[in-house]
Amino acid sequence: MKGTKELLTWKEIIPGNVILNPGNAREYRTGDWRSQRPVWDFERCIMCGMCYAFCPDAAIFEREDGYYEADYYYCKGCGICAEECPKKAISMVEE
Amino acid sequence: MGKRRGLEVSVGAAEAVAMADVDVIAAYPITPQTHIVEHLAELVNNGELDAEFVPVESEHSALSVCIGASAAGARTFTCTSAQGLALMNEIVYIASSMRLPIVMILANRSLSAPLSIWNDHSDAMSVRDTGWIQVFAQNGQEVFDHIFFAYRVGEDPKVSLPVMIHVDGFIVTHVIEPVEFWEKEQVERYLPPFKPISRLDPERPVTMGAFAMPQLFTETKVAQDMATTQSMEVILSAWEEIYKITSRRYRPVEAYRTEGAETIFVVQGSFGETLSVAVDELRAKGEPVGLVMPRLWRPFPFELFRSAVKGAKNLIVIDRAISFGGQGGPLAIELRSSLFGLPAPPRVINFICGLASRDVTVEDFKNIYERAVDGSKAPVFQEDFQFYGVRS
Amino acid sequence: MKTKKPTPYNQLSKEEFFLSGHRACQGCAEALAVRLVQKAAGRDTIVACATGCMEIVSSPFPFTSWNLPWIHVAFENTAAVASGVEAGLKALMRKGKLPQRDIKVIAMAGDGGTSDIGLQALSGALERGHNLTYVCYDNEAYMNTGIQRSSATPFGASTTTSPAGKKVPGQITWKKNMPEIAVAHQIPYVATACPSYPIDLIQKVQKAISKPGPAYIHILSVCPTGWRIPSNLAIKVGRLAVRTGIFPLYEVEDGIYRITQKTSKLLPVKEYLTIQGRFRHLTEELISQIQERVNQEYELLLKKVAMTQGEKKEE
Repeated sequence: MKGTKELLTWKEIIPGNVILNPGNAREYRTGDWRSQRPVWDFERCIMCGMCYAFCPDAAIFEREDGYYEADYYYCKGCGICAEECPKKAISMVEE
Repeated sequence: MGKRRGLEVSVGAAEAVAMADVDVIAAYPITPQTHIVEHLAELVNNGELDAEFVPVESEHSALSVCIGASAAGARTFTCTSAQGLALMNEIVYIASSMRLPIVMILANRSLSAPLSIWNDHSDAMSVRDTGWIQVFAQNGQEVFDHIFFAYRVGEDPKVSLPVMIHVDGFIVTHVIEPVEFWEKEQVERYLPPFKPISRLDPERPVTMGAFAMPQLFTETKVAQDMATTQSMEVILSAWEEIYKITSRRYRPVEAYRTEGAETIFVVQGSFGETLSVAVDELRAKGEPVGLVMPRLWRPFPFELFRSAVKGAKNLIVIDRAISFGGQGGPLAIELRSSLFGLPAPPRVINFICGLASRDVTVEDFKNIYERAVDGSKAPVFQEDFQFYGVRS
Repeated sequence: MKTKKPTPYNQLSKEEFFLSGHRACQGCAEALAVRLVQKAAGRDTIVACATGCMEIVSSPFPFTSWNLPWIHVAFENTAAVASGVEAGLKALMRKGKLPQRDIKVIAMAGDGGTSDIGLQALSGALERGHNLTYVCYDNEAYMNTGIQRSSATPFGASTTTSPAGKKVPGQITWKKNMPEIAVAHQIPYVATACPSYPIDLIQKVQKAISKPGPAYIHILSVCPTGWRIPSNLAIKVGRLAVRTGIFPLYEVEDGIYRITQKTSKLLPVKEYLTIQGRFRHLTEELISQIQERVNQEYELLLKKVAMTQGEKKEE
């Protein structure tokens, strides 16, 4: 999380160190931690959404066509989605 | 002005809190603070005060409840003493760092051990550096007036800090005194509704109490220190407004008969009233003596203090707490440091007395004066301080 | 072209309140539990959070992972802070200083912040009857400070302050039964949950927040780092905790017990224990001791269910 916010001056700090922008930690690229990446086999996928429900990082999103996919900006590569997929439609691939 | 009523100071304090339209009160019983919250509980249960009274299971939780309520936008009150303050200490620091304008009365009492329910300033001094605005109130009227003062100053958006009112336990809290009440309209005019800078609100979600890494921690602390120092302006105007309403003048440093004084007593809290009698009697005998009382303890009014004691040769500082292994009492240490580097600073002679409500009479103060100014009678001072009235 | 069949998972609300970008470890089931709890509670919620993993991973000033009003004060006082938020809102709305609105107050803490250092404040809040939901995210040790044992650490687990040694085989005390302590306060709702059963968890949160008065939810939150398991197994291990009877999923609604994930036959605890590094040192003898204890506690739970359900029928 590099940027000027890390270097706020004391005058820029809101009283009580309150943070006014909800969820602004979204800037932080947790995807950098990843050594493996989940890849979907849409032939097998039944769009059940289990991968979405079990993702600790809310890094799996539903596409417009109803299939699910990882947002690699955030995906830490834990492999839960691949482990839990009832159709074994997700495989973990080395980065 | 409102009616003059004779009542117990604790009851008067509670009545003022109620008149300030407090929303949440959280407290845990400890002597000698109890009468204040008992009366508030009574007002709530009789339907005379519309507030949530949260009878918590500890002082730690008392202040934590106040933090939660204040963060939600409520006007809050708590009070405690000694061990209760020590137990809530962790949260005392956090309340000021989170800039929440909670008001607390500290009914000053000795810290254990040995256990003592009686009055001194060891609890007050233990929270000197916690970041609260702190004032000493000497009598029932001062306590009453300072409840409104505390909310007005603390809640000012330029300040946004908690305020602690120090009141001597028993010596002040439990006595019956005449207190002049304010009219409801006067309170309303003096004290606008609480409008917090930030508030926990699902419409506009904020994060409060984030942790800071070293590259930001110092900046957060400087911001807090600047707010504390700069609160002086708001404090002065809040007292000015009290003067306009009540004709009672409060100053950061109160001075009594200091004109031409070669020796000046310095004291905080209710000892000031006894000391003023001693000063009168000494003056009647032609002794050039005066009295200075720093009412405002944080932010400390350094300049005003220096000018209040200007020209004096001796300062007799009465401490009611000990800095074990240090250079006397905390008040003397602070004052000595504030005078260091002046061209001709007065000598600071420090007496520690009145621990755990041990009586210090007018005669005692005259005796202290004699010892301090007459070198031949002065016993050996270690690091310029000594305990007064101790059996050896 | 496939057609999408609705499942409980793909029908979940898409709204997120604990957002991506948080710094929880890979495969952290506690982070998942927080995500699901807040999804269940929805937008009109204020969260009071104790010091601990979830606080640290979500609030490095000036950044936040919270898309909700959120407050952290200290470690042991979350229940008191949440009590204050609740009391404050109640007073302000009653006095007309804030518009009337149904705002849910949720307190969250780990097992240390709940069953050790925060127990007193929690007991006070439950006893006083504040309208709030307290969620304990139990990962069975002080993970944030480096995997030290807590009173929620299970018998036999190796932690940094209960290491498996030559003489002492790790933790030698039995896990404190926090849900039963909450039940003893006779509050309207107590439940256990686990993110391995997300729908069960969500239903319990919704029940808890909709009931007036205090509610307590104890969530077993698998910690791959502290339990020494691969990050992809966090959900599976949670499921095994439930299916072995080590962590049964149940609720106590107005004093009536109900098991929400019924298992016809419990799996042997060995299946749960042997896949975790923290139990790797356990001997057959110790494992059978644990099995015996789990059997006893599960029996007791079944008796409570039978007893209180019986009362319900009589009414």
